[in-house]
Amino acid sequence: MIARVWSIVLKEFIQIRRDRRTLAIVLLLPVMQLTLFGYAINTTVDHIATVVLDQARDAQSRGFLSTFFNTGYFDLVGQVGSIEQVRQAIDAGTARVGIVLPPEFSRDLVAGRAPRAQMVVDGSDPNTAQTALLVAGTLSQRSAARQAIDLRPIVLYNPSMQSINFMIPGLLGLIMQFQTLLLTAFAVVRERERGTLEQLVVTPVKPWELMLGKILPYVTVAFANVLFASAIGHFWFGVEFAGSFALLLVLAAVFVLSSLGLGLLVSTVSQTQTQAMQLALFVMLPSIILSGFVFARESMPHPIRELGLLIPLTYFLQILRGIILKGVGVEVLWPEVLALAAFGVIVFGLSANRFRKTLD
Amino acid sequence: MAAVEVRELTRTFGELVAVDHLTLDVRQGEIFAFLGPNGSGKTTTIRMLCGIITPTSGQGRVLGFDVATQSEFIKARIGYMSQRFALYEDLTVRENLNFYAGLYQVAGGRRAQRVRELIAMAGLTGHERQLAGHLSGGWKQRLALGCAIVHQPPLLFLDEPTAGVDPVSRRSFWTLIYGLARGGVTIFLTTHYIDEAEHADRVALMLNGRMVALAPPRELRETGLSGTLLEVECEPAVDALEFLPTVAGVREVTLYGTLLHVLVEDHFSADALAAALRAKGIAVTSVREIKPSLEDVFVSRIRSSI
Repeated sequence: MIARVWSIVLKEFIQIRRDRRTLAIVLLLPVMQLTLFGYAINTTVDHIATVVLDQARDAQSRGFLSTFFNTGYFDLVGQVGSIEQVRQAIDAGTARVGIVLPPEFSRDLVAGRAPRAQMVVDGSDPNTAQTALLVAGTLSQRSAARQAIDLRPIVLYNPSMQSINFMIPGLLGLIMQFQTLLLTAFAVVRERERGTLEQLVVTPVKPWELMLGKILPYVTVAFANVLFASAIGHFWFGVEFAGSFALLLVLAAVFVLSSLGLGLLVSTVSQTQTQAMQLALFVMLPSIILSGFVFARESMPHPIRELGLLIPLTYFLQILRGIILKGVGVEVLWPEVLALAAFGVIVFGLSANRFRKTLD
Repeated sequence: MAAVEVRELTRTFGELVAVDHLTLDVRQGEIFAFLGPNGSGKTTTIRMLCGIITPTSGQGRVLGFDVATQSEFIKARIGYMSQRFALYEDLTVRENLNFYAGLYQVAGGRRAQRVRELIAMAGLTGHERQLAGHLSGGWKQRLALGCAIVHQPPLLFLDEPTAGVDPVSRRSFWTLIYGLARGGVTIFLTTHYIDEAEHADRVALMLNGRMVALAPPRELRETGLSGTLLEVECEPAVDALEFLPTVAGVREVTLYGTLLHVLVEDHFSADALAAALRAKGIAVTSVREIKPSLEDVFVSRIRSSI
């Protein structure tokens, strides 16, 4: 019994090693996803290209501007001589923000009147525009009414508000989902396509032994990659793990079960590897979009948002972000854990049920 | 006890009756061949006997176990080699054998010994580390046989074992099969090569899911045809092929290359046939009586059952 499972595990490992496509999914996919999502999808906006039209040109205006640029959110790309030139710079895309300080800026400041300054913002990228407006608002409040409101916002969980902190936990989930789903989807259907399944079903191997033997290697691979991605996230991207890493691994196992079940289900209903690939993509795309991996689920319209509840990654992302960013445990996450477990049992049962040792 | 007992075994796929009330026994230790064209129900029968296709009706017992309810007992005790030599092409010769040895739970201590034996048997010594996908057809076939008998089953099912394999490899494959049969293994094979069926102890002719004849090859040849078989060399053969069936006393005419095989009633002589052809203006080189081959019987049976 154990011997049979072991034989299959061994065989799968040899095949993983020899098949270039599988090897690519195992080794390259996580690296690629980490790089792509870690760097390219960066919703933190800083270094906004900025031009300045300083009509006051004195110590006060220079002081204000230096505070402004010292925030790090803005980069000075040039001084211009007229309001038209500000427009031109934004039209041409060389700048996204223009700061206009009128000649009376310093006079008003010294006299204690609220000085007027203008900020021209390129609204074509709402993310950039929002950041610019926010920072400008805070700054002008501070420098204009030094004594007035002392507003000190405290940001919970992700104090630096770096999108990488939001992205890495999600990436762990996404990598696990991608790998387990793709690899198991191919696992059974490849045998069907090559005719080896026919040979397997005439051996005394039991369906659960076959499924277990097929799954174990990919579970191993998935966990190795979770460790790898966590290490990269922590040591390279500097993400701090607030909660228990052990708990994370345990709950990851629950998630992997549901993801593997989904993969096996894809595999048992497909006749060819191409079909399996298409089906896997069909499952994967909604996972990325609806799970809250990139887009906040809160801003989705209603039926779409509920659709996300049918995707295991949705729950797992909440678990991952809960543990890594908030440091919470099962006492808070139990509804997600339950949902995930239920999903896993259902999908796994379905696929084991669909796999019969007959060719009928 | 017969190795295989089949009673009224039937399998339908929708409208199609793939196997139609088949009844037969395969004795222990014999080489039993299922001969028939593609689609005659050979593979479906074998798959039912291996327990991987459920019969629609009827019974089958393999080594005493019921095919419908005890298929897992059967699977542990039989060897099966499918048409496609279901080897893992990305595994080496030894890895393939080790894998199946594991699935059939050949005990760890015995395993290395058994794998070595099979590699030697298949003539693959020195090629243990070669990928199965890089082997030639004949080698693949012998490796697939090795995988199928890794657990020393008393009964071996071979589904078209020599399809797509060169004649020399077929020869050496049959030497292996004879060796297994001498060792007491019952062999149940399907083939559409008529000459291959001659190797078997008994041959069942399959057609459209029904068995139309069952006998040792020699008996089939001798008694399978009613009448006398004449081999005719004439010019133009095509005209003779059209004309002869209209002659009284001629039962069947078949073209074999440039020769005609003509089945006639026993009283109809070779000379009478030659005379009839000449009267029609066909140049006759020779007419002689021949012993029917299995192919003659096979073709005749197929004709008469259409």
